[in-house]
Amino acid sequence: MSEPMSEPTVEPMVDVRGLDVAFGSAQVLRGVDLRLERGRTVGVVGESGSGKSTLAKVLVGTVRAASGTATVDGVDIVAADRRAMRAYRRRTQMIPQDPYSSLSPRRTIAQTLAEAIDPARGRVATHEQLIAEWLVRVGLSPEMMHRHPHEFSGGQRQRIAIARGLIIDPHLVIADEITSALDVSVQAQILELLASIKESMGVTMMFISHNLAVVQRVSDDVVVLYQGEVVESGPVEQVYSDPQHWYTRRLLDADPGAPGFSLAG
Amino acid sequence: MTESNPAALARMAEAPADRPRRFAWNPGLVIGLVMLAVVAVIAVVAPLMLGTQATGVGSDPGQGTSAAHPLGTDTLGRDMLARTLVATQSTVLMALFATALSSIVGIAFGIGVWLAPRRIRELGLRLIEFAVSYPTMLVAIIVAAILGQGVVQVVVAVAVANIAGFARLTANLAAKISSSEYVTTARLMGVPVHRLALRHVLPNMAEPILILIAGAFSGALVEISGLSFIGLGAQSPAFDWGTLLNDGLSRIAVNPIVIVGPAVALTFTSLAALMVGDGLAAAANPRSNSTRARLVRAEGEPAVVLDEADDTVLVADGITVLHGTTGRPLVSDVSFTIRRGEVLGIVGESGSGKSLTASVVARLLGEGLEASARRLELGGTDLLGRVSGRTLASKIGLVYQDPGTALNPALILGTQLSDVLTMRLGFSRRGALGLLARAFEAVKLSDPEGRLRQHPHQLSGGMKQRAMIASAMSTKPDLLIADEPTTALDVTVQREVLSLLKRMNEQSGTAVLFISHDLGVVRALCDRVLVMKDGRIVERIDDVATLSEDTVQHPYTKQLLAATPTVAVKAPASAPAKAPGEARA
Repeated sequence: MSEPMSEPTVEPMVDVRGLDVAFGSAQVLRGVDLRLERGRTVGVVGESGSGKSTLAKVLVGTVRAASGTATVDGVDIVAADRRAMRAYRRRTQMIPQDPYSSLSPRRTIAQTLAEAIDPARGRVATHEQLIAEWLVRVGLSPEMMHRHPHEFSGGQRQRIAIARGLIIDPHLVIADEITSALDVSVQAQILELLASIKESMGVTMMFISHNLAVVQRVSDDVVVLYQGEVVESGPVEQVYSDPQHWYTRRLLDADPGAPGFSLAG
Repeated sequence: MTESNPAALARMAEAPADRPRRFAWNPGLVIGLVMLAVVAVIAVVAPLMLGTQATGVGSDPGQGTSAAHPLGTDTLGRDMLARTLVATQSTVLMALFATALSSIVGIAFGIGVWLAPRRIRELGLRLIEFAVSYPTMLVAIIVAAILGQGVVQVVVAVAVANIAGFARLTANLAAKISSSEYVTTARLMGVPVHRLALRHVLPNMAEPILILIAGAFSGALVEISGLSFIGLGAQSPAFDWGTLLNDGLSRIAVNPIVIVGPAVALTFTSLAALMVGDGLAAAANPRSNSTRARLVRAEGEPAVVLDEADDTVLVADGITVLHGTTGRPLVSDVSFTIRRGEVLGIVGESGSGKSLTASVVARLLGEGLEASARRLELGGTDLLGRVSGRTLASKIGLVYQDPGTALNPALILGTQLSDVLTMRLGFSRRGALGLLARAFEAVKLSDPEGRLRQHPHQLSGGMKQRAMIASAMSTKPDLLIADEPTTALDVTVQREVLSLLKRMNEQSGTAVLFISHDLGVVRALCDRVLVMKDGRIVERIDDVATLSEDTVQHPYTKQLLAATPTVAVKAPASAPAKAPGEARA
């Protein structure tokens, strides 16, 4: 199940081929293929142990692959040396899962965002305008920039984390379960925000989630991971409506709102 | 000897340093600070005012108490009170320098270890462990013996001896902070290591380090005086409390009053620092001054007509929960009944009061909360009156959100799950294990006897939750309270656990109170649903089967339904792919 999602017209932003990752004797990813066109969003679904977080870690450069290639914007990060990786890492941003632990409690929002813009100096004064602009873009007010994280709700914090991930205009954004710690109504707002940012800015995004319904709201394509292997991939509508692999069907049926859901047996 | 209160420090390291609390002043802290202020004033003023009295040669050597010399005079006729007060400056300064030196080096080492590559980190951590295993005073004496006599030597010796203590605490704190998401994110963004340490790691460990510094200062004071006492510290004509003690010791038989001054001064200052340390620890610990939970009977008429029948298991009328200190209502007048065999769902978002409501029913209210109800009856027992642990344990079963944290990782399942049966319900150990084994079988756990001998980590999340359900059901309770029991589980596992709950409910007739944030899950499992928001029931849904945005009344319920994501699919074009033998994941 590794056919490309569409015919390659231009060079894709992400092109992963035959990626293998092992931790000791445990094979975590096996021959993973993934293509992500510029400006599109791919949802990566799977359960615990499926390898979806490891795939993210390979793409941000914290886990090294044993074999295969992973080309992001022309850089093969499996083969890249330390120096190339340092330059690469800034261009790939990760939005973490937990809005409560991802923002330093002692630093103001402006300081956190300034650090994302300029990691070494991170001076607020030089970047105030950009920070204000981004706070507005994620639905917050610029006056809030000098507040500390505890003054914000979980949803607002996640908006700040999104701003931090996108403020330097990265070539790839990886969102790892970013709504799983939120209430459903807040989750809906965050998904709406992501969809609008995607539309207006043409962000290329990898959206990792265990929730198929959430993935459907933001993704163009979907990749189903099961025990380290891609068992199915393609446009979301097609995969969800006509799943070819038994595991995809099982995931779909386990969604409590799905037509196939029942508690019998 | 360096930490003032290790337990408090450990708690602080665990507690998220997230929401800065209002600083809780306490008497110990205030008294300690006042005492330290007195010492500081003396340290500055005494050498200016009493300098000549303390160092010049006096006319009455070796005297006892007199009006002119309340603490006597030394062999050269100098007033001991003046000498003690003047010595405050040198002693406190030496202790301050030693504390500053050891804290700076120790903290830098402790943080550095966690930001260094893995190999260096391992080496550094072993080095810290090795160093803390030596008593501080012993190290100080050895280093001082090597360096020789003198003020600087003693300060360095005491500083060196205390480095390990600082390094160990900072390394422990840094371990947690450096693995937090905000540090890993900053690392990924390419923030240089020294900036990581100064911007993120250090500020977030400020409170416990402050407490440690207070304790270390007290320790350094005693250690420096000890070294001076045995002749390694300040050399004549310089003097500190330790040398004064030493001078007095030779005359303790004939003129004991001369050691009172330095002894009291040393104890006073050391105690002040320790009180500040403990006071800071108490102020930082949010639990230290909260009140016990209360559950009382409220008067008044029911606000809603309760639907009571012969087979009603639980009657809850007017559950109200207030925040103990502020009196803010967290749950307001919540009433409901559950019948035998029924599954009642309470759905709501964080802060809706759904879990608090359940904790009142289980009489497991957290500290600092005040609850009341007009009626709370379970299977004929009045829960507002005196209820024995035995009755509660037999009538209510509990299943929590995260089976990973609800189980003790150090104990095998059989030991921890049989506790309630043996201690509360009078089962023999063998009888309890037999009952659990049958319960495990009922929830379809393979090899029940073998599972009872396993540790929690040997089971998957879904299996742990099955074991929890089996244990909760083993007492044949009237009511099973399940608080978000599937939130921490994968979707396919969630479905299995929900199916299990449904089956257990149907087979045993045990009523279930099911708490969830997920309307989809609630809809699949429950017979009736209460929707809660801000501590109130905003809607009661009796017909769950036809639940849709058109059938619900309250705008919040509609909003919740709209926000709950569900997979939208077109009609499948082909037959569903079959699992190979429906293999278990």
